[in-house]
Amino acid sequence: MPEGPAPAPVSQRLRVRYAKRGRLRFTSHRDISRAVERAVRRAGIPVAFSAGFTPHPKISYSGAAATGVASEAEYLEIGLTEPRDPARVRADLDAALPPGLDILDVVPVATAPGEARAARPSAFADRLEASEWRIRLDGVSPGDAAAAVAAFMAAEEIEVERLTKKGRRTFDVRAAVSTIEPDRRAAEAADAPCAILRMVVRHSTPAVRPDDILTGLRQVADLAPPSPPLVTRLAQGPLDAATGGLADPLDPDRETGPPHGEDAATGVGREPALPGDATSADAVSA
Amino acid sequence: MPVESIFPRLEPLLPRVQKPIQYVGGELNSQIKDWDEADVRWALMYPDAYEVGLPNQGVQILYEILNERDGVLAERTYSVWPDMEAVMREHGIPQFTVDAHRPVGAFDVFGVSFSTELGYTNLLTALDLAGIPLEAADRTGEHPIVLAGGHAAFNPEPIADFIDAAVLGDGEEIALAITEVIREWKAEGRPDGRDGLLMRLAASGGVYVPRFYDVSYLPDGRIQRVAPNRPGVPWRVEKHTVMDLDQWPYPKKPLVPLAETVHERFSVEIFRGCTRGCRFCQAGMITRPVRERSITTIGAMVDQGLKESGFQEVGLLSLSSADHSEIAEVAKGLGDRYEGTNTSLSLPSTRVDAFNITLANEFSRGGRRSGLTFAPEGGSERMRKVINKMVTEDDLIRTVTTAYENGWRQVKLYFMCGLPTEEDADVLAIADMARRVIRAGREATGRKDIRCTVSIGGFVPKPHTPFQWAAQCDHETVDRRLRALKDALRGDKEYGRAIGLRYHDGRPSIIEGLLSRGDRRVGKVIRAVWEDGGRFDGWSEHFSYERWTDCAAKALAGEPVDLGWYTVRERDEVEVLPWDHLDAGLDREWLWQDWQEAVDGTEVEDCRWTPCYDCGVCPTMGTEIQIGPTGKRLLPLSVV
Ligand code: B12
Ligand code: SF4
Repeated sequence: MPEGPAPAPVSQRLRVRYAKRGRLRFTSHRDISRAVERAVRRAGIPVAFSAGFTPHPKISYSGAAATGVASEAEYLEIGLTEPRDPARVRADLDAALPPGLDILDVVPVATAPGEARAARPSAFADRLEASEWRIRLDGVSPGDAAAAVAAFMAAEEIEVERLTKKGRRTFDVRAAVSTIEPDRRAAEAADAPCAILRMVVRHSTPAVRPDDILTGLRQVADLAPPSPPLVTRLAQGPLDAATGGLADPLDPDRETGPPHGEDAATGVGREPALPGDATSADAVSA
Repeated sequence: MPVESIFPRLEPLLPRVQKPIQYVGGELNSQIKDWDEADVRWALMYPDAYEVGLPNQGVQILYEILNERDGVLAERTYSVWPDMEAVMREHGIPQFTVDAHRPVGAFDVFGVSFSTELGYTNLLTALDLAGIPLEAADRTGEHPIVLAGGHAAFNPEPIADFIDAAVLGDGEEIALAITEVIREWKAEGRPDGRDGLLMRLAASGGVYVPRFYDVSYLPDGRIQRVAPNRPGVPWRVEKHTVMDLDQWPYPKKPLVPLAETVHERFSVEIFRGCTRGCRFCQAGMITRPVRERSITTIGAMVDQGLKESGFQEVGLLSLSSADHSEIAEVAKGLGDRYEGTNTSLSLPSTRVDAFNITLANEFSRGGRRSGLTFAPEGGSERMRKVINKMVTEDDLIRTVTTAYENGWRQVKLYFMCGLPTEEDADVLAIADMARRVIRAGREATGRKDIRCTVSIGGFVPKPHTPFQWAAQCDHETVDRRLRALKDALRGDKEYGRAIGLRYHDGRPSIIEGLLSRGDRRVGKVIRAVWEDGGRFDGWSEHFSYERWTDCAAKALAGEPVDLGWYTVRERDEVEVLPWDHLDAGLDREWLWQDWQEAVDGTEVEDCRWTPCYDCGVCPTMGTEIQIGPTGKRLLPLSVV
């Protein structure tokens, strides 16, 4: 049976940061991956394909925000058969995607000269230690929100229960939260009465998701928002122990020269758990 | 008057429903036009879930053609799932379009595309959510004209009370013509209101307005007469036929959804119509004659469609795609053009001959040869003569042998059960055929992993076919025959394990039969079912046979007719059929003669390759067969 010619090898890998905004926050991870594949074709980007009967474009995702959650910081990696100018790819891909799926940043993966190694998304996923979230709670007073946050931070441990793929599980949500605070200024500027929370949450197993934290807030302080919260992921990246903030995970690639330390480390075999829905939490490689 | 988007009210509710993305719109190549700049506004609906409705070609074509015109606006709407329906009712959100989220009730025309009758209850949900009175008679000047199209519109009588008008046949030209009539009527200040507009449409002879026709019945329940009830309304309404498909190369910019849908490919219709004359096939009868799209237009449409969409697969659509006069050249041309680009081609052809395999080989260049589909439709030679599926068992065996020799490992065979004159033996013959197929495959390849899947659908007699007079087979008989077939295959030690059997129980076909050949009295049944919660009848998890039989019994209690009368009863030549005043061009006498020949097992040829046998369509409709070969080549366009 004919197998067809061997696919062209990857000669350049690009890491892409994209946003999922507005009504497109209702796309699922599968919706996004189909949209990106089509956009890549429409934009004429020379994506590499896997071998085999049903070749797949080499596009891999590092964790994905859940359906319904907006994000300013989602990441994917594309393998190209011919090198392209990252700035052009950013513009072309963005133009080929529907408004609301927006390409923010494209950087070539730093590799040793002349060496194009197999994609190892887990190495990149390891840089995504935590996420910064913004949660808008319509109809909640800023005062109630502040009180709930204070009670949350004062607790040692907050056990919540959730249905996971492995059945009902109980886990602590407090430990994963490195900072959480109400954003009064943003709430005052909003178009309707609301409270806005900002927080940095470490990626752990099981993943602590924004709605788990809301469950926690409800448990410790009876905070019960009258309408569904509007959740946005603002950033992902390495956690800066000193500031409690997040660094840009693409920075190591921006530095020219030999590959970065952790790129060479053995990140394989460890499944990084990221926020987002359970199915899309793992790095999905094409 | 400005019409506001309901999206701000909808958005906070979306986290509460399944797959919210289907209600959000924003598909690539979708468009939003300015409301106030449009003189005529269409809301187009496919009355099934978004995942089924979005890929629908009919709606996409009309959407694009209408939006291309200045002063015309078209948006789309689909059936909402029951969870969304509940949320919308709770919050008073009306049926909305997915483009600009405008309320359907604000448009001039609400055009609904029925490729199957099983969407009728969904029509009622949409009307009700839109705030449009269910019965056409209760509507006023502020409500849209509810217009049905698609294949089921060739007998819209069961939904006659709920629609204002129906259009038979190809929609491209008539949709534009209707638009012009509405534009003029509005410009003149809407003379005589709603009836004035419907009257203008009806007088043209190309739009059916059920309310302008009275149906009278005989004491035994049969129809006595269908007659216009006001002057200026023609006795018969004709179907529309687009001649020269090259002039209508749509869709040019296919809609690409974010949500997952049943078809993720760019489809091009390579011809319309089919004259093979399969007697069970309504589509073949009502879309005559054959009109091919030329190889050059096909080549250009594929090129543009892929560039505009980014799709990775091309489907060449028609009722029997392998019959295109230049299909080999099309297949080879596309195969060459897209070699090495990971673009796959598919051809939904089920023709049973070796040529089909040559094509399939071309279409699977470099790919896996997993499964090939053939449709003998009838298990025994006799049965195939009755339905005019001209293929012998030896043909089939030769064809599958070639398929297996060419590396195909699995063959799918399509059949129908419950065909007119069918006996148990005809259905059991399917088992013999499947055994012979496996035996031939094993001999041809020397392999043991040869497989064959037998797929069986229940036959439903359809209007405008020679079987329109036939008694539908009752579901007990269908189920008994299928059980016997299953037992025969399961008991087969040698071949049984290599043969897969797929079938559904016969009960849904009875309801489909009621809706297909029903008359206006069936409207009461549909309404009762809908009021009882009936939705999404094409989905087995939503369909309830008991609900339909209970509601039919209640709704028809005062009538001399019942479910069985509509379905398992044979009609005689003189009976007035509910759709006799709707003209598909087919000569009634020819259809009757073909029905008689069916019972005798006499076959009829294809008029593409043999002389015209006077089915009536071409002279009545002023149409002609349009086929190649053109001798031209697919343009060797460069690939992106
Ligand atoms: C692709 C296809 C499918 C696909 C995609 C369906 C979809 N989303 O569109 C899938 C696989 C899902 C499918 C499923 C089914 N299908 Co199908 N399908 C087809 C196929 C191959 C092509 C349809 C097509 O795109 N035609 C081209 C378009 C342009 O034509 P059109 O939709 O009729 O639209 C034109 C006119 O009708 C008119 N028009 C249509 N709507 C409107 C509305 C208005 C207001 C106006 C003015 C005009 C208008 O204008 C359009 C342009 O001219 C046809 C065979 C064929 N070649 O036609 C079978 C066919 C339509 N399917 C058929 C059947 C039976 C089914 C199923 C019921 C099968 C089953 N038992 O489950 C289901 C029903 C699905 C559903 N719930 O709707 C039958 C219909 C039987 C009949 N009435 O004769 C056909 C004809 C096949 C056959 N030979 O039996 N199908
Ligand atoms: S009128 Fe004649 S040529 Fe035309 S479709 Fe009928 S049989 Fe064929």
